Amino acid sequence: MNRLFSLFLLSLFFLPLVSFAKGKILATPGVSQVEGSGGGGLVPWAQLAGYATEDELAFSAFCTQANVKNFQLNTCGAQMNFHDRLEVSFAEQNFDVEPLSLTLSQHIIGLKLRLYGDLIYSTWPQISLGIQYKTLKTPAVAFSLGAQDDSGTDIYLATSKLHLGLLAGYNVMWNATIRYTEANEMGLLGFGATNTDSTLQTEMSVAVLLNKHVAIGTEYRHKPNNLNLSEDDWKDIFIAWFPNKHLNFTLAYLDLGAIAAIPNQTGWYLSLSGSY
Amino acid sequence: MVKYLPYIVIVCSLQFNNGCSSQKIEPKIQKKHLLYNEMGGQEGIENLVDAFIKRIPTDKEILPYFAKSSVKHFKEGFINHLCFITKGPCQYNGDSMVDIHTGMNITERDFNRVVEILIEAMEDIGISYQSQNRLLSQLAPLRGQVIKL
Repeated sequence: MNRLFSLFLLSLFFLPLVSFAKGKILATPGVSQVEGSGGGGLVPWAQLAGYATEDELAFSAFCTQANVKNFQLNTCGAQMNFHDRLEVSFAEQNFDVEPLSLTLSQHIIGLKLRLYGDLIYSTWPQISLGIQYKTLKTPAVAFSLGAQDDSGTDIYLATSKLHLGLLAGYNVMWNATIRYTEANEMGLLGFGATNTDSTLQTEMSVAVLLNKHVAIGTEYRHKPNNLNLSEDDWKDIFIAWFPNKHLNFTLAYLDLGAIAAIPNQTGWYLSLSGSY
Repeated sequence: MVKYLPYIVIVCSLQFNNGCSSQKIEPKIQKKHLLYNEMGGQEGIENLVDAFIKRIPTDKEILPYFAKSSVKHFKEGFINHLCFITKGPCQYNGDSMVDIHTGMNITERDFNRVVEILIEAMEDIGISYQSQNRLLSQLAPLRGQVIKL
């Protein structure tokens, strides 16, 4: 994990020497989501990661740390954007469960296909269809809590639109996602449980650009409660800074509710990503 | 004095009428020309187009699109178009967006680059971020008449 992070930091210094995709307007691709897809912090958005347009390729990498009261999530990952049509992503999550002094690990491979539209220019919102194929490497805890599987596939449909100058001259972006999932705590506690079906969950993000470099916003992600451990919806408020098309820093305040029946999991989220 | 009274009354009533009408019409005009005024009216738009034209030669990817155009013709047309699009007191009488851009084969990326140059030009002349966005919101729907033609 640390090695991956240092490699990632090192690459930030060298990759600007290579030519890179820059066709999109600054900040409009959004940031990297905890499951590796382009999006907000918690919700995958219809935008594809990176600044590639129709005839460009973009490569992005990110690392995110989320610290709440009794848990810590470290995620690093990468995305390829092919011609603003297809996004391929990979993420590795390491989830420290402090009360048990153990770490849960999960791999997520994501695909996202832009079906229609452009965030800014099309009359109707941009629409994308995505999947996240998740494999839990450490399933013992999940099985002991009643989970059925150690792998699962989320399928989501995301819709997003940026309205230029909508709010007193400021640009407003929203995204709405519907996700078909059987994951418990995103998959870190496995998938499904006896007597539960896959469910459809809705997720929502709204952001306002304060200037061309800084966005503030909020997200809400509904979650299922398959394991009867009072799994809660996730919320955040965030500020994202885009100094240029290579770099993004995002800071968020998280309210994850109860995780594994331990309540009041609030805390901070910090994410760094590079794009070329 | 008495024989001037009717004139005075007429002049006063005209003044009054003017007062009335300007009270009635002016806010309407101002509202109608709000974005035009935010851009600094005719002078502001001319400054913006000058700042935009000054930036074109500094961008090697965008410059070739302008290689065959007359600066004077482009300048007049762009000023006229911006005046019209900001709902200023102008009628756009230039060529259609489709006619101008046909054959240029402008990519999504280069379109966005020109948007960025326009934003930089607006920054150069001190147009506020909010007014920049309001202008872009008027121009954005035209993209379909500009790219990939």
